[in-house]
Amino acid sequence: MRGSSRIRPNAALVVGGVLTAILIATALLSLVWTPEVPTRVHIALRLKGPLEAGLLGTDHFGRDVVSLLMVGAWNSLAIAWPAVLLGAAIGTAIGTAAAAWKGIADEIAMRVSDVVFAFPAVLSAVMIGALVGSGPLAAVLAIAVFNVPVFARVARGVALQVWTLDYIAAARALGKHPLRITWEDVMPNIAGALIVQVTIQLALAILTEAGLSYLGLGVRPPNPSWGRMLSDAQTYLSQAPHLAIAPGIAIALSVLGLNLLGDGLRDALDPTLRGRSAAAA
Amino acid sequence: MSKRFLAAALLLTVSFAPAYAAKTSLVVGMPIEPPGLDPTIAAPVAIREVTWANLYEGLVRIDRNGKVQPLLAKSWEVSPDGLTYTFKLQDGVKFHDGTTFDSADVKFAFDRARDPKSTNAQKQIFAPIESIETPDPQTVVIKLKHPSGNFLTYLGWGDAVIVAPETAATNASNPVGTGPFTFKSWTRGDRVELTKNPDYWQKDKVQLENVTFRFISDAQAQVAALKAGDVDAFPNLGAPELFAEFQKDPRFKAVAGNTEGETVAGMNNAKKPFDDVRVRRALMHAIDRKALIEGAYSGFGQPIGSFFSPNHPAFVDTTDVIPYDPEKAKALLKEAGYGDGLSISIKAPQMAYASRSAELISAMLSEVGVDLQIIPTEFPAKWIEEVFKNKNYDVTIVSHTEPLDIDIFARDNYYFNYQNPKFKELMAEIARTTDEKERHAKYAEAQKILAEDVPALFLFQLPKLGVWNAKLEGLWENSPVPANDITEVRWTE
Repeated sequence: MRGSSRIRPNAALVVGGVLTAILIATALLSLVWTPEVPTRVHIALRLKGPLEAGLLGTDHFGRDVVSLLMVGAWNSLAIAWPAVLLGAAIGTAIGTAAAAWKGIADEIAMRVSDVVFAFPAVLSAVMIGALVGSGPLAAVLAIAVFNVPVFARVARGVALQVWTLDYIAAARALGKHPLRITWEDVMPNIAGALIVQVTIQLALAILTEAGLSYLGLGVRPPNPSWGRMLSDAQTYLSQAPHLAIAPGIAIALSVLGLNLLGDGLRDALDPTLRGRSAAAA
Repeated sequence: MSKRFLAAALLLTVSFAPAYAAKTSLVVGMPIEPPGLDPTIAAPVAIREVTWANLYEGLVRIDRNGKVQPLLAKSWEVSPDGLTYTFKLQDGVKFHDGTTFDSADVKFAFDRARDPKSTNAQKQIFAPIESIETPDPQTVVIKLKHPSGNFLTYLGWGDAVIVAPETAATNASNPVGTGPFTFKSWTRGDRVELTKNPDYWQKDKVQLENVTFRFISDAQAQVAALKAGDVDAFPNLGAPELFAEFQKDPRFKAVAGNTEGETVAGMNNAKKPFDDVRVRRALMHAIDRKALIEGAYSGFGQPIGSFFSPNHPAFVDTTDVIPYDPEKAKALLKEAGYGDGLSISIKAPQMAYASRSAELISAMLSEVGVDLQIIPTEFPAKWIEEVFKNKNYDVTIVSHTEPLDIDIFARDNYYFNYQNPKFKELMAEIARTTDEKERHAKYAEAQKILAEDVPALFLFQLPKLGVWNAKLEGLWENSPVPANDITEVRWTE
């Protein structure tokens, strides 16, 4: 994009940005500080409610819920980020290549994407888990795999539009190699759409990571994870509902924040929507 | 409004209740699905929990109080030297396929179990047998090489049930026994269905027509199934934290009983660093058993310091031998050369008690500088393959629910890889000792050896948290042997 002056703040952007900033800040803070050691058990203090022990109480092992949530935020992002970036890199490469060469290459890339798209992330995770052993690596790969076709489609879609523009036609007429055109002319013009997609996919990735950990396919115990906190909380629902509510809200707010940020960014970055988003704001 | 509606709904339920009065079907929930249905060829207790006393019967049985009772043998005599057992068999007993049960079947079943190629999980039952004679169809004479103090008790176990030569090979998928129920169907991953055996030799005892065992591994789903009435009984509920709720609910009977299950974190004694007794002791010193039971089983279950059931008269409390003492643990680790830390892993099966205990042990060990990685595994199939057969593990955790199984630490090639000639000798002596007092004294000695040598981290005795419909009668409150004996279970109205 050409200069940040073109980004105009809107409500979604601000709220989403703040929520996402809190998420990232919490995750980073957990690396240097948490109220308690998150893995330390205090059986005597088990199942305490919020404010009885710590801000949000303790879990079934007497671990501090706030500390678990903070480290959980980091673990969530530590899986979601690399997974989405990996998926985005591969997907964008495939999508832009398909747009540049079209024809049979395009057709193959898109149909393969359809096939990959047909497998839910959980299923991919189980398959990949069988290959590399279940754990964080399997989760990253599984989430990356389902992100590839998403980015391939988005990149191809916007890149195809860019390829029809006059200055691209001019570049081609000058004999510029399609790879260089893609890198120098197409990429800067589709970056906005990709950034928006990355934000939205991050939200999905966090949700998927929670789902995988809930099923025991993601972050390994005792390393805290929001998904596993939820699954652990299930049988304690009647005695200690805060154990389910706390990670539930954490997941919901993170996903909401990233989605709003994505929406806001799209509105702010997409010139064709600018009038509408300004009105909405 | 809603209260009145609820009251109306309750009234409706009550007034319709008599329609279900003559209920003769039962759905029993189990947390783990058996890998097969032949208890004489594999170890998993889930096999016994479906089949023992329901499909198959032995010469004798263990009753709900742990006592030996006659079953297919109506009486027996033991020679004064303890070497010859003469069993008189029941008349008119038929296998489910219609063939008659006689002494030849007993000989076949025991010969099959003690064959060198047999995969019977409790070969020590049959090891003392010298010969099996069948002077007539109703008499079996078993001669032993040496006296075997627990021989009759052992014959009551699932491993010693009588199978017929015609059907033995296919029993794992199509079980044929002499029991009160016959096999109807097995939907893998879901349920095993049994129906009443119309030709059962003690027909009068049996009230139920249809019995279904449903396999529900998720604790939350177990509770939901009970509350919805999809399952009538869960003899072993997987969610101790929800047990108290059932205790307060008049619709259910909730009984906290005992099992013979010693929950231990077995270590691979042949592998470094577990070949060093100082490391094993250090790990034991690092574990606070009381806290573990509180966290993993909501406080149900008794701490154990060795591998012996507190229900047995020979039990001695050995929890003080290596008590919780993190400082001592650190000192021992330092002495063994692991003062800078130690990194090991635990293969934890999916059962709530196991995965929770693993997490707690990991937290407790981290306090003494040991990093315990938790590797989830699946019981029984994956665990049997990785841990039990291939011994590819550092530490694992599982409950051993066979009664009187302290001798597993004397077995070659058992998954602990534990070798202690002195302990082995003691076990051999116990097997030969027929005097009860003397045998119990030796059992006490054996418990102390294990408590000091820590071939496994001895944690707690697994409780049996049974929950069932209050109208059900006849279910076992304790588990002296792993079993869900439903022979005499009935609905009270």
